[in-house]
Amino acid sequence: MKATRRALAALLLPAPVFAQARPRVVVVGGGFGGATAARSLHRAGIATTLVEASATYTACPFSNAVIAGLRGMAAQRFGYDALRAEGITVVHQRATGVDATARRVTLVDGTTLPFDRALLSPGIEIRFDGLPGYDEAAAEVMPHAWQAGPQTELLAAQLRDMPDGGTVVMVVPPNPYRCPPGPYERASLIAHFLKSRKPRSKLLVLDAKDVFSKQRLFEAAWASLYPDTLEYVPLAMGGRVTEVDPKSRRVTTDFGTQDGAVVNVIPPQRAGAIAQLAGVADRSGWCPVDPASFESRLVPGVHVIGDAIIAGAMPKSAFAANAQARVAAAAMVALLAGRAVQAPKLLNTCYSLVAPEYGISVAGVYQPANGLLTDVSGAGGTSPLEAPAGVRAAEARYAEDWFATITADVFG
Amino acid sequence: MRAFALALLMAAPAFAAEEAPPGASTCLGCHSPVRADAAIPPLRGRDAAAVAAAMREFREGTRPATLMDRLARGFTEEESQAIAAWIVR
Repeated sequence: MKATRRALAALLLPAPVFAQARPRVVVVGGGFGGATAARSLHRAGIATTLVEASATYTACPFSNAVIAGLRGMAAQRFGYDALRAEGITVVHQRATGVDATARRVTLVDGTTLPFDRALLSPGIEIRFDGLPGYDEAAAEVMPHAWQAGPQTELLAAQLRDMPDGGTVVMVVPPNPYRCPPGPYERASLIAHFLKSRKPRSKLLVLDAKDVFSKQRLFEAAWASLYPDTLEYVPLAMGGRVTEVDPKSRRVTTDFGTQDGAVVNVIPPQRAGAIAQLAGVADRSGWCPVDPASFESRLVPGVHVIGDAIIAGAMPKSAFAANAQARVAAAAMVALLAGRAVQAPKLLNTCYSLVAPEYGISVAGVYQPANGLLTDVSGAGGTSPLEAPAGVRAAEARYAEDWFATITADVFG
Repeated sequence: MRAFALALLMAAPAFAAEEAPPGASTCLGCHSPVRADAAIPPLRGRDAAAVAAAMREFREGTRPATLMDRLARGFTEEESQAIAAWIVR
């Protein structure tokens, strides 16, 4: 039976449709984008190598619940065994270069991996030159927790250990950055933590913007759930932080200074390091791509997806990276087979928790127009401003369900 | 068994998975083809006409929704039918 099944599997593997030998694609970055792309390419008959420095992936979605003590860190961790078992070559090394002319990726140990096309899913890196006073050492005192892992656990521990009666300060950056509604979900869940565990404490959110994702929904929820805990200061009210001092855990705004018992600084970001090394990032630090094929506008033959790209209306989210991975993989298969790339449509859905059992969402449908991904008019939008508790509970349940589905899809 | 394999092969030419109609593959971000215990309904194995009808009702606002109404409005009837035919396989 096993042999039969294997024979059947062999039969079902994609037939050779490529004129020459089996094309090779190297995928760099094993997050929601890269791991999805590797699976899609492999399943389409491409010889696929996934390069990812870390043997364990730590997911950002739901990491705000870890920070607020609502969830264990183990639920955020995923490995690559299933990808390997499927036949994908997974290399746990850092990529140090992408040579699009010679068509090879170089790894930190000097190994080179040849490719016909490459796909980068670099995620973000923190710009330690982006906010005066905020360097790598400062991040150990004032964690960003914007890349899930030790930083998430550090911020969770600081909140857990802080004495009641203190002020937590959150510093929120200008656009663009990973996960547009993320800071506001985090503010909500930290406020929930303080209200239920350290009720004499306050949360001060200092924002470099006046307008943000799901704003009316967040602000309505804050007014009803956390009126005595959470204070939000937008740009117009002096919310922009211009400097931080880790020694005194002090932040400076246009209007004054503020000390925090815990300070969470979400700093400016740019595309992950390999994007800069490969030359696919422009002067903004992000990567311009063709919105149908996700091929770099700067380096032909190299495709880029996920948080690292300039995607127009499509946000930097795990859902978007997963969606872009599928579309980019299909485009790469078409290009490698000498076929035209079809005009795609892509979905995005982002859930946020403002409290346990209280979820809200934003959704969108996107298509290429004027060289970017743009909203399909009439579609998308946020959860209704007025809704019964049952709808909020359903969206919280769907948020959990989405996470279970996407992580099973990507890593399971 | 062999007949089954042959039928599958004929029904699903190589690259079928990558020839998803516009929008379809990104539905899998939420609608799992593999999880049995999912709260968001899996669509594999459903009747394509019923899925297309649900998309139409979401689009027209006649079917209760938390989110699918917002997504379904991004697709025409023709696109919805193509997605439905693909996603039930």
